[in-house]
Amino acid sequence: MIQAILVFNNHGKPRLVRFYQRFPEEIQQQIVRETFHLVLKRDDNICNFLEGGSLIGGSDYKLIYRHYATLYFVFCVDSSESELGILDLIQVFVETLDKCFENVCELDLIFHMDKVHYILQEVVMGGMVLETNMNEIVAQIEAQNRLEKSESPQL
Amino acid sequence: MALKMVKGSIDRMFDKNLQDLVRGIRNHKEDEAKYISQCIDEIKQELKQDNIAVKANAVCKLTYLQMLGYDISWAAFNIIEVMSASKFTFKRIGYLAASQCFHEGTDVIMLTTNQIRKDLSSPSQYDTGVALTGLSCFVTPDLARDLANDIMTLMSHTKPYIRKKAVLIMYKVFLKYPESLRPAFPRLKEKLEDPDPGVQSAAVNVICELARRNPKNYLSLAPLFFKLMTSSTNNWVLIKIIKLFGALTPLEPRLGKKLIEPLTNLIHSTSAMSLLYECVNTVIAVLISLSSGMPNHSASIQLCVQKLRILIEDSDQNLKYLGLLAMSKILRTHPKSVQAHKDLVLQCLDDKDESIRLRALDLLYGMVSKKNLVEIVKKLMSHVDKAEGTTYRDELLTKIIDICSQCNYQHITNFQWYISVLVELTRLEGTRHGHLIAAQMLDVAIRVKAIRKFAVSQMSALLDSAHLVASSTQRNGICEVLYAAAWICGEFSEHLQEPHQTLEAMLRPKVTTLPGHIQAVYVQNVVKLYASILQQKEQAAEPEAAQEVTQLMVDRLPQFVQSADLEVQERASCILQLVKHIQKLQAKDVPVAEEVSALFAGELNPVAPKAQKKVPVPEGLDLDAWINEPPSDSESEDEKPKAIFHDEEQRQAKQRQPEADEEELARRREARKQEQANNPFYIKSSPSPQKRYQDVPGVEHIPVVQIDLSVPLKVPGMPMSDQYVKLEEERRHRQRLERDKKRKKKKDKDKKGKPRRHGSLHTESDDDLAPAQQVDIVTEEMPENALPSDEDDKDPNDPYRALDIDLDKPLADSEKLPVQKHRNAETSKSPEKEDVPVVEKKVKKPKKKDKKHREKEREKKEKGKEARVEKEGEDLDFWLSTTPLPAAAPAPEEPGVNAVITAPKEEDEEPQREEQGDEEDDEDNERDPEKKSSKHKKKKHKKEKEERSKDKKKSKKKKPPGDEAAEPVENGALDEEPLPVRAHVQLLPPGREFLH
Repeated sequence: MIQAILVFNNHGKPRLVRFYQRFPEEIQQQIVRETFHLVLKRDDNICNFLEGGSLIGGSDYKLIYRHYATLYFVFCVDSSESELGILDLIQVFVETLDKCFENVCELDLIFHMDKVHYILQEVVMGGMVLETNMNEIVAQIEAQNRLEKSESPQL
Repeated sequence: MALKMVKGSIDRMFDKNLQDLVRGIRNHKEDEAKYISQCIDEIKQELKQDNIAVKANAVCKLTYLQMLGYDISWAAFNIIEVMSASKFTFKRIGYLAASQCFHEGTDVIMLTTNQIRKDLSSPSQYDTGVALTGLSCFVTPDLARDLANDIMTLMSHTKPYIRKKAVLIMYKVFLKYPESLRPAFPRLKEKLEDPDPGVQSAAVNVICELARRNPKNYLSLAPLFFKLMTSSTNNWVLIKIIKLFGALTPLEPRLGKKLIEPLTNLIHSTSAMSLLYECVNTVIAVLISLSSGMPNHSASIQLCVQKLRILIEDSDQNLKYLGLLAMSKILRTHPKSVQAHKDLVLQCLDDKDESIRLRALDLLYGMVSKKNLVEIVKKLMSHVDKAEGTTYRDELLTKIIDICSQCNYQHITNFQWYISVLVELTRLEGTRHGHLIAAQMLDVAIRVKAIRKFAVSQMSALLDSAHLVASSTQRNGICEVLYAAAWICGEFSEHLQEPHQTLEAMLRPKVTTLPGHIQAVYVQNVVKLYASILQQKEQAAEPEAAQEVTQLMVDRLPQFVQSADLEVQERASCILQLVKHIQKLQAKDVPVAEEVSALFAGELNPVAPKAQKKVPVPEGLDLDAWINEPPSDSESEDEKPKAIFHDEEQRQAKQRQPEADEEELARRREARKQEQANNPFYIKSSPSPQKRYQDVPGVEHIPVVQIDLSVPLKVPGMPMSDQYVKLEEERRHRQRLERDKKRKKKKDKDKKGKPRRHGSLHTESDDDLAPAQQVDIVTEEMPENALPSDEDDKDPNDPYRALDIDLDKPLADSEKLPVQKHRNAETSKSPEKEDVPVVEKKVKKPKKKDKKHREKEREKKEKGKEARVEKEGEDLDFWLSTTPLPAAAPAPEEPGVNAVITAPKEEDEEPQREEQGDEEDDEDNERDPEKKSSKHKKKKHKKEKEERSKDKKKSKKKKPPGDEAAEPVENGALDEEPLPVRAHVQLLPPGREFLH
């Protein structure tokens, strides 16, 4: 199970916060902050796993993250997930973002948080991996965008 | 109306949308909070409007603010309004907001039930999808109960997009509403063989999650998963299944035997590191579960270790990390095969990545033996010197102590060496673990009697150089060792070479700067020391020297009497009076030494930390029972209500027992103390108070290494435990030579002609190593009749416990899922009646094919039930006992409708429904399954195929007409596409161009 998916930038500003377990808002912010401090002090050339899941869940949980340019993508998962698999999943997610936004950059995430959520919903649902095939994910997202377009009034 | 519409759209033009909000926040960096509260006021206005588009826009902005940490639960009702919008655009905004902020405590959530049900049955698959996604985040027990049946129906939806979502969400439903597990499980199991790889993967995902928590209930699925494992090409599915097998093997060793071969094949063939890694992990789990029973698994272990070595040597830090992680699992059962790679692990200690160093440290813990302990610790000590950052250094320190003290110091052959290591560790700057070192010193000195003399000499040196240890404030943590040093010197003062010098060291004015609890120990042990000096002097008939010592005490003790620490003050003033009294006696030439040392007679025995807890409660003793009559409430509480509700009051008082007031608690404590005093099982102080210090055995025989104590301890940074490395080597060398000599003699005696086979490859095993000293490690005392172990009760709040449900038992009628009920009660009867058959039809639909068959079955059903349960067990046994498949796994099947038809022959367990139908034949065949089964299978499959096509027709008929018109061929077309296998090896490097 995935417990939380956090995206924040190099300064710790949250860009996407998705918890699959209920935490009050202030705790959520605290977790984001602490996670940020944990990953910030790690060089880029060291491993992408972090134990010490005192933040969420306890010892069964790991933080698995990737750092892309200005953004950190952090998944908090328990031991039922494969570490390397989750790393790949982050890659799939980011590549999907790249396809949907055409050369995604941090600004896309800032201004279209809702869309990022919709994309994530096609990858992970309720903390479980829903789809890993990028073509399938993109196809579903595009179909929903078309549906949305057909609904919007022609001004 | 039209005017309203126009007005609405004009409003919208002036409203901020999400982008405007974000931009605004970015432009108001200084007064962000103020700006946002202004925006929230605007949003509140927008939410009051009727226009749904305005509302949706407002909710969307709220979702953004939620991410920034603002509580938006006040808008829950508006969110529900937006969720129920007819347009998908708005609906999904509503569901997104709900998924971010709804939870079990949200009270309006119960209003959503009907809306969600409506969306679930919507003709548009995306309405359904969005509802499922949202629900997966905020499902409550009530929602789960009310919607379980609807979701179960969706598991057979024509669109795989809906099916996979419905399958996944079932896990959440099970968690919230465990009763749904049994009725829904058969269908979930069916989905394991769904033609769509996505649905299949979802089903595997859910069952793996379930099985991970309660593995024993899912053992009967092993054959099915085995088939999937050998046929699937989807790495995600494979990883999940292989992980699941890792959880199942401990329960069924035979399963492990069967798994080894296909897993080994996968390890050899796969190019995906993630899959390889999980295979290795599961093979390890298998090997652990088999640990003793199976011979010839050294090949598998070798393979694993060899693959892991490749991972550890990889330049990718992630692989290195995981390799070490897996290695530590092998270590637990097969330490020998890991120890061969000690070089590699030691190398990882130099890695720049701290996580990897910590992993390597963990490994080292298991790799030490008597032979290599000294060497490994030496290596670690050199890292302690090099380490930057106190956290890692502290970690190293604790690891050194852990490694040395593990299993009752079983790897330590030379305790002098260990004491030296501990003393060396006290020179660490800024460590927080002074108390750890102190605890070790105390433990070793108390339990290893033979080492006391050496320990005392070291500790007195430490006390002498206490100014080094305690000088700078930042070394606060380390002064804890002085606690141990003072105690050891005091308690075992008879071993001191220069007691007088140590006494003076302990009475230095500087000592008063130490923390209070350490000073207290100083004061107490100064007296012990004093007592033994007195005795010495009196025996040597030097009354003047004795008086001198007393004078020293009288001079120096007042500095402690002035201490701000109560404990120190109390002890010091007591002792000062005592010493003054002694001084008077000494002036009269009365011999006092005997009496003074009687104060500290007897030996302190180590008591196991758990001893107190393990004292059994004697029979017939109820610790919570009242010893005296419980005090009546009238004393403390107001009397009025008591007069009226007298009886009730008393009863309550009894129930409230645990929270009795302070007075009662004190009384009870007192009573318990009394009890303990009379209890023969309660540990009291040493049983033999007459025992004297002199009778410490065997001190003389210890070959003590000469340490020149006149030379003050070396300056920090100069390791001194190194000398033992050399000494140890020499000693071992000597031993080996002696042994060889003996052997030679024996050989010569034996016979000259017969060359001994093993003579040349003699290896030094751990057992051959004689320890440097004859050490007797005193075990910790435990009470008589100690209970064997304190079992940890399982956490009653564990949410997964409720899902520990036997899934093989046939379904009882009472277990059916509650069917859709409308809130308005008067119509509730009729739809229910209509719906029940639908459910039944669904569950049993495969049997519908021929009516006769079904009737016959119904007759048999009752009888069959029991037989079936048994049979499934037998099937698993049969499957497990058959030999594994030949090396070549069956060629990957086309995932598609055909998948079922080409099922491998060894597959014995068919979905339950088959067994019901063909039970009779099966039983006939049981004697000779091989011959008939193939024919039998063909028949079955044909039947099944027909059934399936029929299913399709039926489900199509059932579908709302709109949906069918929209995408009529979807169902057939989707099946052909196998999920492309993604290679997990080439993880694209992070920081690619696309993020700027």
